[in-house]
Amino acid sequence: MSLLKVSGLEVAFDTPDAVVRAVNGISFDLEEGSTLGIVGESGSGKSQSVLAMLGLLAPNGRASGSAIYQGNNLLGMPRRALNKVRGNRLSMIFQDPMTSLNPYLTIERQMTEVLEVHKNMTRRAAKKRSIEMLEAVRIPEAAHRIDQYPHELSGGMRQRVMIAMALLCEPQVLFADEPTTALDVTVQAQILQLLRNLQHDFGTAIVLITHDLGVVAGLCERVMVMYGGRVMEHCSADDLFARPSHPYTIGLLRALPRLDQSDAPLVGIPGNPPNMARPPSGCPFQERCIDATQRCVESAPALEAFAGDTTWLRACYRPVEQMKSMHEVAHA
Amino acid sequence: MPEQTILSVRDIKVHFRVKAKSKLPWSPSRTLKAVDGVSFDLKAGETLGVVGESGCGKSTLSRAILNLIPATHGEIVWMGKDLSGATTKQWHGVRRDIQMIFQDPLASLDPRMTVGQIIAEPLREHRPEMSKSEMNESVRAMMAKVGLREQMINRYAHEFSGGQCQRIGIARALVVEPKLIVCDEPVSALDVSIQAQIVNLLKSLQQEMGLALIFIAHDLAVVKHISDRVMVMYLGHVMELSDKHSLYAEPRHPYTRALLSAVPVPNPAIERTKVVQILSSDIPSPINPPSGCVFHTRCPIAEPRCSREVPELRTLAAGVAAACLLA
Repeated sequence: MSLLKVSGLEVAFDTPDAVVRAVNGISFDLEEGSTLGIVGESGSGKSQSVLAMLGLLAPNGRASGSAIYQGNNLLGMPRRALNKVRGNRLSMIFQDPMTSLNPYLTIERQMTEVLEVHKNMTRRAAKKRSIEMLEAVRIPEAAHRIDQYPHELSGGMRQRVMIAMALLCEPQVLFADEPTTALDVTVQAQILQLLRNLQHDFGTAIVLITHDLGVVAGLCERVMVMYGGRVMEHCSADDLFARPSHPYTIGLLRALPRLDQSDAPLVGIPGNPPNMARPPSGCPFQERCIDATQRCVESAPALEAFAGDTTWLRACYRPVEQMKSMHEVAHA
Repeated sequence: MPEQTILSVRDIKVHFRVKAKSKLPWSPSRTLKAVDGVSFDLKAGETLGVVGESGCGKSTLSRAILNLIPATHGEIVWMGKDLSGATTKQWHGVRRDIQMIFQDPLASLDPRMTVGQIIAEPLREHRPEMSKSEMNESVRAMMAKVGLREQMINRYAHEFSGGQCQRIGIARALVVEPKLIVCDEPVSALDVSIQAQIVNLLKSLQQEMGLALIFIAHDLAVVKHISDRVMVMYLGHVMELSDKHSLYAEPRHPYTRALLSAVPVPNPAIERTKVVQILSSDIPSPINPPSGCVFHTRCPIAEPRCSREVPELRTLAAGVAAACLLA
């Protein structure tokens, strides 16, 4: 029984020029205590799909499809009901720790508010719980730090405050939108370690949005690769790195400079990311794909079981044996 | 061709006066030591990578090399000429040979100029003898070189994607045929697939034009890819300066080791089992840096003497130097 079942999620934005279809039908099941990585480049729709589930789209955004949590569809849920769930059973860590905290309020006020609203705690009890949580995310001198304002903390510490805030109500699902992108590698290592431990201790399911394949390798069991608002490949992290099957995934892996391999020349993916106001016809990756055929221009391939394996989904017309990108990888 | 040293930086320091903590007018102002005694040589055609976390002084260093932020102490020797105390006019001549590429591709292009005007601007400044048609010619040639279509010459920066904007920035830097380009995080704002395009472009242009590069980045994997030598900075000091192969295969400084172990590797088998050396706490403030070795407060192998003695950057082997008492 999955914790969260997302099917056919679509997000569109009305803009003066056109309707921008940012997300075109993504589906996934999230099991209790598991970790799903959503990987993609800027504009691939990875953040918008999560914001849509929590009712946080911009005013001109519309979401359709379904995201079933405990028998209820999160999309189109009345605000009052949604407020009972988000920040409580489902919580989110935002990308930018500098701008996601309220600069006018102390850390204490921002954290205790969560517990007062969701758990009916008194201010005093809420503060005690908040300090415990700050200690759990290893903020030194938590009892002193809690009375400070966000600008008095470093970037890594602000991100830890955000994580502590998201975990206050011991959520079942934690959505982390690029939680370490704004941080230095040594701080990133601390935060990732923290997420790993918290998942172990609380059994939280994590949806991790990132563009960093290294972070995915360390934290995720399953990975969904998105491009141009569509899912290109959805499989286990082991398969993704060992046997990528989609030309875009292969391209991404070959474009990545790596510490663990010799300095083979990088292979960039030619062209530029699609403009989602005027998306290419057919498969969104077709313009940049070295394996594209006429069929790819005419219609977008469906996300289907790959090689008869229903846990390995792929949206591509090309059989793997015939893929040029695949052969070049084999020779590399 | 004998390898000729084109740039020599000796004990350069950039200190900033910052406001005193107390608001009283007689309280002493404090000093922020952004760069504190950095020395290195750069050979023609060589790439020096500079890595470090935010606040380590790598960007300030790059600006000090071009005198965009004047150094408070130290020498910059360009092609055998000492530039300390050089006049604005002398610097103007030097900047034809040393160009810069900036981090934010869009913000570093003037929104009210067309691509053609942007790329021609250094020519108007440094090669005023060129005729309009000659300029136009070399702008078009440069656009072709960096992979921009000629028809784009009359467009404005906002019409381009991040990767294309960075190509414009590269064209602008290369059009005056410099000998050295200082690249300050040139690919950090780009997606992986585009980042690879730009890294490859820089590499091939470097070979074609015999350029030297100072490549500043926080991504150790990108730096590994492009550099010949790598300099690791922490709190304004050089921790290690070594050949790329030695630095990545056998890091000598505990800070380099910690940095390298923190980089996530896209391989689940390695990444799930590896032991990351987690550094305690945050980077200390450069206004009040630790005594002795600046890294000793976070160093996993620090000894009592590390808080007293300042380690020199010592040569440990051919092409390997680290500033650690215990290396």
